Amino acid sequence: MATVELDNIKKRFGGTQVIHGVSTAIEDGEFIVIVGPSGCGKSTLLRMVAGLESVSEGEVRIDGERVNEREPMARDIAMVFQNYALYPHMSVRQNMGYGLKIAGLPKSEIAAKVDEAAALLQLEPYLDRRPRELSGGQRQRVAMGRAIVREPKVFLFDEPLSNLDAKLRVQMRLEIRDLQNRLGITALYVTHDQVEAMTMADRMIVMNAGRAEQIGTPLEVYERPQTLFAAQFIGSPSMNVLDATMQDGVLHLGGATMPAPTTATGKVTVGLRPEHAIADPEGPLSLTVQMGEPLGANTLLHGRIGDGSEAFTISLPGVHHATAGERIAFRVLPENLHFFDPETGARID
Amino acid sequence: MEKRVTFKGWLLPLLLIAPQVLISAVFFFYPAGQAIWQSLFIPDPFGLSMQYVGLGNFEYLLGDPYYRASFLTTAVFSTLVTLASMIPALFLAVVADRLIKGASVYRTLLVWPYAVAPAVAGVLWLFMFNTRVGVVSWYLGLLGYDWNHVLNGSEAMGLVVVASAWGRISYNFLFFFAALQAVPKSVIEAAAIDGAHFWRRFWTIVLPLLSPTTFFLLVVNVVYAFFETFGVIHTITAGGPQQSTTILVYKVFADGFVGQDLGSSAAQSVILLVVVGLLTIVQFKFVERRVHY
Amino acid sequence: MTARDPLVAAAPPLKSGREPAPGMVEKRGRSLWLSHAVMILGVLIVFFPIWLAFVASTVTQSEIIRPPMPVWPGDQFFINYKNALFSGVNVPVATMLMNSLIMAIGIAVGKIIISLLSAFAIVYFRFPGKTIFFWLIFLTLMLPVEVRIVPTYEVVAGFGMLNSYSGLIFPLIASATATFLFRQFFMTIPDELAEAARVDGAGPMRFFWDILVPMSRTNVAALFVILFIYGWNQYLWPLLITTDPEMNTIVMGLKQMFPSGDDFAHWPTIMATSILAMIPPVIVVISMQKLFIRGLVDSEK
Repeated sequence: MATVELDNIKKRFGGTQVIHGVSTAIEDGEFIVIVGPSGCGKSTLLRMVAGLESVSEGEVRIDGERVNEREPMARDIAMVFQNYALYPHMSVRQNMGYGLKIAGLPKSEIAAKVDEAAALLQLEPYLDRRPRELSGGQRQRVAMGRAIVREPKVFLFDEPLSNLDAKLRVQMRLEIRDLQNRLGITALYVTHDQVEAMTMADRMIVMNAGRAEQIGTPLEVYERPQTLFAAQFIGSPSMNVLDATMQDGVLHLGGATMPAPTTATGKVTVGLRPEHAIADPEGPLSLTVQMGEPLGANTLLHGRIGDGSEAFTISLPGVHHATAGERIAFRVLPENLHFFDPETGARID
Repeated sequence: MEKRVTFKGWLLPLLLIAPQVLISAVFFFYPAGQAIWQSLFIPDPFGLSMQYVGLGNFEYLLGDPYYRASFLTTAVFSTLVTLASMIPALFLAVVADRLIKGASVYRTLLVWPYAVAPAVAGVLWLFMFNTRVGVVSWYLGLLGYDWNHVLNGSEAMGLVVVASAWGRISYNFLFFFAALQAVPKSVIEAAAIDGAHFWRRFWTIVLPLLSPTTFFLLVVNVVYAFFETFGVIHTITAGGPQQSTTILVYKVFADGFVGQDLGSSAAQSVILLVVVGLLTIVQFKFVERRVHY
Repeated sequence: MTARDPLVAAAPPLKSGREPAPGMVEKRGRSLWLSHAVMILGVLIVFFPIWLAFVASTVTQSEIIRPPMPVWPGDQFFINYKNALFSGVNVPVATMLMNSLIMAIGIAVGKIIISLLSAFAIVYFRFPGKTIFFWLIFLTLMLPVEVRIVPTYEVVAGFGMLNSYSGLIFPLIASATATFLFRQFFMTIPDELAEAARVDGAGPMRFFWDILVPMSRTNVAALFVILFIYGWNQYLWPLLITTDPEMNTIVMGLKQMFPSGDDFAHWPTIMATSILAMIPPVIVVISMQKLFIRGLVDSEK
């Protein structure tokens, strides 16, 4: 059980800076997801917490103690790798017990802890198999088991589900979350998949180009994205973004005008989630449909907004038959409009 | 491809690499340096002092008809060994590749001679062609052919070539067979459906697909003929008759240890060094992958 | 035996109304038997010298010196082999066998150990002079012992290592081939494995022993086969540095059994010794055939 604090963490590889100062305080037992596109520095950040990369500047604290200079082992963390990194020549039992063996625990104690973790993960039938004799999901569990037996202060997950097929991924998502809940161990979880982030996180860190764009609960990020990047990265299908103008408290958008509750004036960037469009023959906005995607529970309609040429997507509940060229009028509740500074991408309230 | 370096410290890796570096320094670099150094001197007739002669040893060597003859001998020898070991191996591999059952049995049987040391191979072939007791020379005698490799230089060359090539057939067979097994059967079948007959398919499809293996084996066999056949020559002919089987490596030995001409032997070593270097470059450049024993 | 005929004969009938059966291109009937016949003939020809040596090791000297010698084994097997093993010519062959065994195992084990260590250092650490050491080791690839025999001999003589096992072994374990092989293999091991070991609390040497060495088992075994044969088959080097017959290896000692001058060599003993000289490497190759072929193809291609 532990808190983790990141205090203005920076990372340089040679001359290039890849992490530009990330700070956050993670509470005991919290599940934090670091999410972002590939190359955003999320894995590097995690590896710095693990002690696999050195910290160029700033401080990593676990339970209030600076751990920058400590070996991974001495940080009392456990890590689950993307490719699981199981020792191929060891049995499942040996894989899970290896860390304890190095720590010098007596054999009987190791066996007890391994059995306990195996029971938790339903791995008992496989304890004497080698990793190559296991399925992807089973290997994933062994990697988890290896982390659990150590009873670490912090779990670190580096894209642990990306090698699994979609169905298994959903199942493991729940399992990991459930396990972490029961054990109450603080966890940092890296993924590029925003659905994973939304469903698993207590709080998430949305990263882009080495910066934390926003840190908050999934709903906070969804409802009040702090930057244009966070707005577009979280949510599926992703948020529509349009150039617009604010004049005297009136928004000029896609050939229509509407009142808008914002302090912004002049040119603004407006974000509008597809699922917030409400079909309404009287609505001020309209979509010229190019293509429809019926998903069953809802229907995605892709096209152009108004008479303009900007691509736009709306999501309407239920089945909706629309033909190409059809024009669909809709409206949006003012509170569902997001305003961003066109220069900096920062949110304007 | 670089690895993420995962362990810290510099003393441990230096200790780990030390045995290899130390042994290489003592038994490789120092002797190689000595060879280069000694090649610039000649000992006086009493062996008491060394006289600096610059490139004199090299000039002398290159003007020496015996040395030039040894170059030619080496060229002939290595060409013949390479051909005599590769052609039968390719032939056997092609035939074995056509068999669904039993191919691995033949492979097991054919792998034997690879394990036989060149010097032992030399003794086996010497025994068969011995002028007094040899079975083969006796039957040749019955046919009216008087075999005597002790006196006849061409016969001596023929014998060391065959004895050297014999064990290599196994080796080359293994590589050709593995390469043939890797040729996709669909390619062959497609060609068969197109109406190409076996012989034609072999020339136009199989052989080109084998060319990386062939080239690799070519280089490796030349290296073998140059440097690893000493045992065969020493046991069968000792370089004779009249130096007709004295290849370069044998001459380094003969001049250095038997003739005690250290300067010349060292200069020959340096020339061989250059030859090895060139062969290695060829090998790396064209064969990409490395290392041979 | 000519190269052409069996192949041409094995080709399918020129004209037929049937479609070729996929997967069965020319692998039936007469041509199949011909292929087997060719292979058997090839094996017989390749084996003939070994067979003859075996026959010669089972007959008497007088049967050999009156050509043609018999082609079937005689009844002198035990006498000849006993004579070779325990009396020999200059020294009992048993002694030479032991010397060869020590040399071959020494070279194989020594090379494997120093190569594992240096490959580990090169792949898993960053240290001053790494590039230089790497290239120094690389250069030794290009220097077979045959090329630098005189100065190497002087070095070994200077250390007083003539007629010693260390003199037989050390100059031959320094080549870089095995190091490169292990380096190549280590490069294919995912980085995460070393990182997982670090997270588990393993230091570098612990990782080396617990993870890297066990994972290299097949490579080590394959390399052992090749290096054993390399060491066993050495000729020139033992010839130079073992002047004491007690230190002769069997492969070089074989030649020493021939008398100088015009005397008849004692062929049954010599041939028994040849057979004895072949047996260990052949056993190693046959028993580890799969590994050996893999090692060969890995190390050379």
